[in-house]
Amino acid sequence: MALLEVRNLNVQVDDREILHGLSLTVNEGEVHAIMGPNGSGKSTLSHVIAGKPGYEVTGGEILYRGEDLLEMSPDERAAKGVFLAFQYPVEIPGVATMTFLRTALNAQRKARGESEFSTPAFLKKVREVAAGLNVPQDMLKRGVNVGFSGGEKKRNEILQMALFEPALCILDEMDSGLDIDALRIAADGVNALRSPDRAMVVITHYQRLLNYIIPDFVHVMSRGKIVKSGGKELALELEASGYTQFDDAA
Amino acid sequence: MNVVLAKSERERVTSDIFTAARDRLPGKGKVAEARQRAFGAYERAGLPHRRIEEWKYTDLRALMREVLPLAAAPDAEALERAEAALASLEAANTQRLVLVDGVFAPALSDLSALESGVRVRTLREALEEPANDSRADLLGGSAIAGAMLALNAALATDGVLVTIAEGTALNKPLHVVHVATRSSASTYTRSFLTLGNGARATLLESFVAADRAQSYQVNDTVTVCLGDGVELEHVRLMTDAPDALNITNAIFTIGAKSRLNTLNMTTGGGVSRYQGYLAFAGEGAEVMANGVSLLQGRQHADNTLFLDHAVPSCMSREIFRSVVDDRAHSVFQGRIMVRPDAQKTDAKMMTRALLLSDEAEADNKPELEIFADDVTCGHGATTGALDESLLFYLRARGLSEKEAQALLIQAFVGEAIEQIASDALRELAISAAQRWLAARG
Repeated sequence: MALLEVRNLNVQVDDREILHGLSLTVNEGEVHAIMGPNGSGKSTLSHVIAGKPGYEVTGGEILYRGEDLLEMSPDERAAKGVFLAFQYPVEIPGVATMTFLRTALNAQRKARGESEFSTPAFLKKVREVAAGLNVPQDMLKRGVNVGFSGGEKKRNEILQMALFEPALCILDEMDSGLDIDALRIAADGVNALRSPDRAMVVITHYQRLLNYIIPDFVHVMSRGKIVKSGGKELALELEASGYTQFDDAA
Repeated sequence: MNVVLAKSERERVTSDIFTAARDRLPGKGKVAEARQRAFGAYERAGLPHRRIEEWKYTDLRALMREVLPLAAAPDAEALERAEAALASLEAANTQRLVLVDGVFAPALSDLSALESGVRVRTLREALEEPANDSRADLLGGSAIAGAMLALNAALATDGVLVTIAEGTALNKPLHVVHVATRSSASTYTRSFLTLGNGARATLLESFVAADRAQSYQVNDTVTVCLGDGVELEHVRLMTDAPDALNITNAIFTIGAKSRLNTLNMTTGGGVSRYQGYLAFAGEGAEVMANGVSLLQGRQHADNTLFLDHAVPSCMSREIFRSVVDDRAHSVFQGRIMVRPDAQKTDAKMMTRALLLSDEAEADNKPELEIFADDVTCGHGATTGALDESLLFYLRARGLSEKEAQALLIQAFVGEAIEQIASDALRELAISAAQRWLAARG
């Protein structure tokens, strides 16, 4: 059974159709890149998978380990291992990062019927993960993403990914707003999480990110559907020729 | 202001309540005269109503309707129930002064364990002192007037008079606890805290209901006088029964170079009004006057603050946060007066309301009256719902809708609660917020 199976998905926002019959199959251990120009519907796909309100699915389905994902609340999806690394992680003043991480991790564990982490066990785990990602301790004491640089925000997303150990990671435009050094740190963090029982869907506008996170499959999205799929070489091809060739195909 | 409305049947009944209560009220001679005068003042005005500007959002004629009979003095059973209520209070390691149904309860108080430099008397003792009729001043002569304050003066049964000697620094908070055990009855208390120059203290006030106490009315007045160079931290936790009424007047006078940090936290009561009057009496003083209301059901809570910058070079900060669910109603009225002499005043007020339901209501009324020209004054007010993008982020990380809301609500009220310097008191306020959130389900 595929980990994620998107079948012929149609999605509307405010009566405007954004996704027109999109299909995608992702198996455990695979890294998929979804590339496409602005407005092709890449972020919409990531939001619908995570369960963001405001999107109306008018056709098709999304199966996650064979279950109807669209029937699940966003928190149920998270507990079952779906993780969206946000393109623009929000700032939450007044909620310390540590408190947030512990509340989230324990909420997921509770939903799965697992025991909650004790405070010392949790602190130990966070410290280990943070050290591996070069996240300083003082970042963890601050409000969630408050005053974080673009790179720190993205590292905080990857820190959460490492802490929650999801089965399906959707990385939405992880490279946006990052300089090359910050990008490399973030990509190293992601690569460290690649594993045979974890799949990743890397959404990006630019080929650049894929020099650091090497995908198994590359899909080109245009006007709300996938118009071409191939191996990692497809990304290089796009780099050379651009997206315009797919406009007609869509 | 002086709108005369026809007196209702219920108001006529109030005068019978006063007559019936008279024998139980401490003090004779001038004290009794002062009560009579105060009751006369109340009768002329009647319950405040919406046509009186400062009561526009809290129409007691509609919300309170009537004055209930004076609560019976506590008997053994009442004291037992009060003791049980005290046992469930989280505040530990305080110097406790307990008023049960408006009467000081020495057996439940820590009179013998007071720190040195602290002197406590009861209002009753002071008013009954035979040779000292002049204590009638305890029932009048306050800086503010008003019908509910007058009613309090007329019917005050007891209270605590606390003095903290010059230069005394208290180790433990003073904790004044008001316990209601009677249902469908009213209580009137009047307390005083006087801090000598250079004193440092923490005052915690709690309003709680004993098991089964409901539909009661609390009318309290507390007068706090800070000498010069005093530091006082004050936290008031109002957790009265959900259908109780609580009308409190808090009058603060702040001496030169003193610092007052006060937080009023309302999670209980069906209808409440906390009316704070804070006046600077000496230069170089600072006031942080904060408030948090967490309301649900059909609760109505009104915080009305008057910051009186009567002297130069004082600073005031007000942070008020209300979280309003269901059909509840929060009112914040913040008036800042900068009198002509009060140059170099620095006054800021920020009030924010969070509405959790379409039927919730929050009214914010800032009023700045500035008569000096070299001042910094500012205010801001916002009302809104929880941010959907923050909620989604939290839910995408595994928090249920309620958990996500709870975390954001705690952060929201945290901005006011964080101002409390004492760890123990801050924890109490946080825990009051958490209990409210837990009760929300």
